[in-house]
Amino acid sequence: MKVPISWLKDFVEIELPVDELAHRLTMAGLEVDEIRFVGLPLPGSGGDGKPGQPVTKISGIEWDPEKIVTAAVLEVKPHPNADRLVLCELDDGAQTHIVLTGAPNLYPYKGLGKLEKPLKVAYAREGARIYDGHQPGQALTTLKRAKIRGVESYSMICSEKELGISESHEGVIILDDEAPVGVALVDYMGDAVLDISLTPNLARDANILGVAREVAAITGKPLRHPDYDFRAEGAALDDMVSIVIEEPELNPRFAVGLIREIEISASPYWVQRRLHLAGMRPINNIVDATNYVMLEIGQPLHAFDYDLLVKRAGGKAPTIITRRARQGEELTTLDGVKRRLDDFTVLVCDTLGPVAMAGVMGGLETEVTENTRSVLLEGASWNFINTRRTVNAQKLPSEAAYRFSRGVHPAMATRGVGRGLEMMRRWSGGVVYRGLVDNYPLPPVDSVVEIGPPEVRRWLGIDLSAVEIAEILERLEFKTVVQGERVLAATPDHRLDIGTGVIGVADLMEEIARIYGYERIPETRMADELPHQLGNPEFEREERVRDLLVNLGLQEVVTYRMTSPERESRLLPDPSQAETDAYVRIANPIANDRNVLRRSLLSSLLEVVERNARLGERLALFEIGPVFHALPGSDLPEEEARLALALCGRRQPPAWQASEAAAMDFYDLKGILEGLFSALGIEGVRFEPPGAAEGVSSSSFHPGKCARLRLGERELGWMGELHPLVRAHYELPDAPLLAADLSLAALLECIPAHIQVEPLAAYPPVLEDLALVLDEAIPAERVEQVIRAAGGRMLKGLRLFDVYRGGQTGEGKKSLAYSLTYQSSEKTLTDEEVLKIRQRIIRELEKELGAKLRA
Amino acid sequence: MLAQLDQIEQKALDELQAAADEEALQQWKVTHLGRSSPLMRAFDGLGGLPKEERPQIGRRANEVKRRLEEALEERSGALRQAAVLRSLSAERLDVTLPGRPVARGRLHPTTLTMRQITAVFAEMGFQVYRSREVELDVYNFQLLNFPPHHPAREMQDSFYIDTGSERGDNPVLMRTHTSPGQVRSMRFIASLYPGDPPPVRLVLPGMSFRYEQVTSRSEMQFNQIEGIAVGRHITMGDLKGTLSDFARRFFGQNVRSRFRASHFPFTEPSAEMDIECFVCGGAGCPVCKRTGWLEILGCGMVHPTVLANGGYDPEVYTGFAFGLGPERIAMLRHRIDDIRNFYANDLRFLEQF
Ligand SMILES: [Zn+2]
Repeated sequence: MKVPISWLKDFVEIELPVDELAHRLTMAGLEVDEIRFVGLPLPGSGGDGKPGQPVTKISGIEWDPEKIVTAAVLEVKPHPNADRLVLCELDDGAQTHIVLTGAPNLYPYKGLGKLEKPLKVAYAREGARIYDGHQPGQALTTLKRAKIRGVESYSMICSEKELGISESHEGVIILDDEAPVGVALVDYMGDAVLDISLTPNLARDANILGVAREVAAITGKPLRHPDYDFRAEGAALDDMVSIVIEEPELNPRFAVGLIREIEISASPYWVQRRLHLAGMRPINNIVDATNYVMLEIGQPLHAFDYDLLVKRAGGKAPTIITRRARQGEELTTLDGVKRRLDDFTVLVCDTLGPVAMAGVMGGLETEVTENTRSVLLEGASWNFINTRRTVNAQKLPSEAAYRFSRGVHPAMATRGVGRGLEMMRRWSGGVVYRGLVDNYPLPPVDSVVEIGPPEVRRWLGIDLSAVEIAEILERLEFKTVVQGERVLAATPDHRLDIGTGVIGVADLMEEIARIYGYERIPETRMADELPHQLGNPEFEREERVRDLLVNLGLQEVVTYRMTSPERESRLLPDPSQAETDAYVRIANPIANDRNVLRRSLLSSLLEVVERNARLGERLALFEIGPVFHALPGSDLPEEEARLALALCGRRQPPAWQASEAAAMDFYDLKGILEGLFSALGIEGVRFEPPGAAEGVSSSSFHPGKCARLRLGERELGWMGELHPLVRAHYELPDAPLLAADLSLAALLECIPAHIQVEPLAAYPPVLEDLALVLDEAIPAERVEQVIRAAGGRMLKGLRLFDVYRGGQTGEGKKSLAYSLTYQSSEKTLTDEEVLKIRQRIIRELEKELGAKLRA
Repeated sequence: MLAQLDQIEQKALDELQAAADEEALQQWKVTHLGRSSPLMRAFDGLGGLPKEERPQIGRRANEVKRRLEEALEERSGALRQAAVLRSLSAERLDVTLPGRPVARGRLHPTTLTMRQITAVFAEMGFQVYRSREVELDVYNFQLLNFPPHHPAREMQDSFYIDTGSERGDNPVLMRTHTSPGQVRSMRFIASLYPGDPPPVRLVLPGMSFRYEQVTSRSEMQFNQIEGIAVGRHITMGDLKGTLSDFARRFFGQNVRSRFRASHFPFTEPSAEMDIECFVCGGAGCPVCKRTGWLEILGCGMVHPTVLANGGYDPEVYTGFAFGLGPERIAMLRHRIDDIRNFYANDLRFLEQF
């Protein structure tokens, strides 16, 4: 919301510098995003000479009091060499100048001789710094002497754009007749505009008066209310219009006034200037009056052409009816759009049908035009929810709807109409009928809240007396009664945001804290009892998994939860086989390829590999995060925590010395997983070849190079090399892609509470090697099981150190070489004892697996 | 004879000083301690001496022998050491060559920042509580005092889940903040001690979602860390003290903070906390948009409606809550100018942490 300081000063005295005022408002919750100077000196540039404390974004222009002044154009003469230029004889209070201009709004005065009423203008002398009117945006320029078409030019009559008031460069500013001559323009109308972003709770401040009230409260100055009375010289209004409200819940109040014999014209310049500064475009004196009052006190008004309403009523006094739109009802709004209305939209109608969308936009048919002579001025209050729904449904944001959709107190309705009528009367010369027709079926109950020092102590941690509390609330126009240590505070009739009971106390607490000043509340440390320190074991374990994977050399990534079935279908050898209906779908996706919640973490991770394929010769990534499964019969999907890993590329980073350039393979990933399990203290995870269990497979992996991970009956997930057909769907580096897709929840459940330590052996170990030849099809895991079972307690260590094929091993055979460690915790083993164990192992290997010792 | 031994000793020691290598030392040993050395010959001649002189001369001869052996040992050690030192100077490495690279893993920058934040709060007794990402409107909004059609909802445009059925005022959506965890956690803690809800002090980290076009300043997915403290004696002064302590721990002990009035439906009074810009020290710079202050978090006293919805009687309990954005804080600390970096997962970005 844009607030010109000059307008604010109508209602409150301001002694603070503008930037200091902006700071105080910001601290009190009215955040000033920007101060735009329009004439007044920029902070730090004048006066005290010291740079201002930075507060907010500052922009704009200051008007040099010596070089930019008010002046009077005495005569407008044609230019001898140019049709589109005129020469103005101008009095700047000191002397007379001839000023060249091409402003079209001066053409009508061309050749009229000495003007009867000189035109008051804003005049920039040579050397003045103003914005260049011919450049887009705001580019500062200094006025220099030049010859234009043979005529000497050194000064200028300014447009609004040149002075930073608005973008308007159609013509020059023509000030109101009362303007003095030869006065510094900054003193006459220098300004600064605060751009305030209002939080939704500050609906009452979406107007100049509201901001002035806050300024008054935080600076301790009195608030001067505007005058809501109007001079009425016409007949009584009573019989001219009647009002029917069908649903008071939707329309608690509807008030109208009437003005006749108006003359539609432009508003006075000062009004246009204020509207421009506040961000609205001046239209004409009637429309401007409605906007002016809305900006000033927050009550939106609507002006109907009264004569058109009478005509629609067949020459009789019109009846205004407010009601919900009916099925299929339509209205052409004044922007020329024919709109189909919803049943929650509230309408202002007459006996023929709708004439306005309540609180949002008027109808085209009864709008004020150049021919309007009588205006029926409406001030009403509307249900904010219906207004909000209508604005959203019709995509019709407007200044009026902005206010109504946040709530306008019904008490403001007649104030708005009164002030609006008076402005119209002054600016259009009309005659106002006496009185208003005011239908007010549902006045709100303004809450009364009881509060006192104990509540303030309890919430804010400060000690205020009842009188101090009352004094703060009075500054915001609460009516208070102090009874001993209690304060009864009645909510003023311009706001709807104060509740009752303990909620009302909280509402007042915010006001007390704001006006007292948040910065004055002392900082304390909690004296309250320390709660049970429950910890979060699951979270702590998850974090440990992250740390371990980082220690194992992997980079963590975090990807989007939203994806598309098409993106995830790339994980299947045949994407057309994807089950797309199992997804949790986004009803309003932001993009077509982000229309569901992911079901696969691996899919997200592969996309990251793809994206980084060019960048790294070695990729080692992991992600921990949820995937989402729709649960039949449940409102909410299952959020399953998963862990995915991906490896690709060189085993070791390249270096100037020899480093292992071979690409990582299945066993690199398996080693990382084994390292992770071991660090977590998880023992006994089995890596099973696919097909070990009937019908269980993961089609994303190479069927010969993947494993299913299980611990007991618990499924941990899959790991292995990506299926070549899946791989082809991604643009991956030219190396095997190893991936794992695991259930994090299952993994965390496997972590033992404590790791059990074995005592260090006191007796020396006996080491020996065992090289076996056996059938290719026998998995290494099986060999190890047999050796361990046969080796018994004394076999402390078993490590595979070589796998060999070919040569003497023979067709369909392989050779496995193990290093065995025998050790007793009770004595030194003798050669005979070791030999017995060894023979038992060899015997069992032969019996169980047909393995032979390698010759 | 004694004088002769003195002479033998002196001569040998003098010559030892001149021996500069192992070969010379061997030569010296033969000359002065060998079979036919003058000293050995002196031992041989002992038998020919008068009986009364023998002990004295013999002692002296033994002493000379011992001293020469010691001197040889010492000299030999010194020469060995010198030789080692000489050889080391030839084994010089170029220490400026790069080290052998280690494939290092890293945490995602958001994880790092979230850990640093939760660690500070953990020391103040705030435990981690996590709740679901797909939520009901009731938890995400209504129980937090955002009724349907509340204007504050406009600041939090939501992603809705297509549930295939009309759900009226309680649609399923992606949570727009971690605040639904406030009511969920309060209800959980209160349920542990029915009838006498114990105090609450939690941080709620997690992913949040807003229906926003992704630009350098806004993301559709981002993390949030919500915090909540509820008890019988929690004041707004405690809120200020706790969060200022956090700011000092996190940004530096000299960092000043300030609290501005603001609005969130689930807290009242509400505030934004700013810290003095650590880039410019408060003088104004582009990072702080020339204000000298950086907005760090939103906070406030828990609204009585929210307390009641969580199972805490607002006539008895008070509390404060706060919410901060780890990505935003990481952006400020590391001067990251584009929030999209976090979820684009470009290794050139991630590998800088
Ligand atoms: Zn700064």
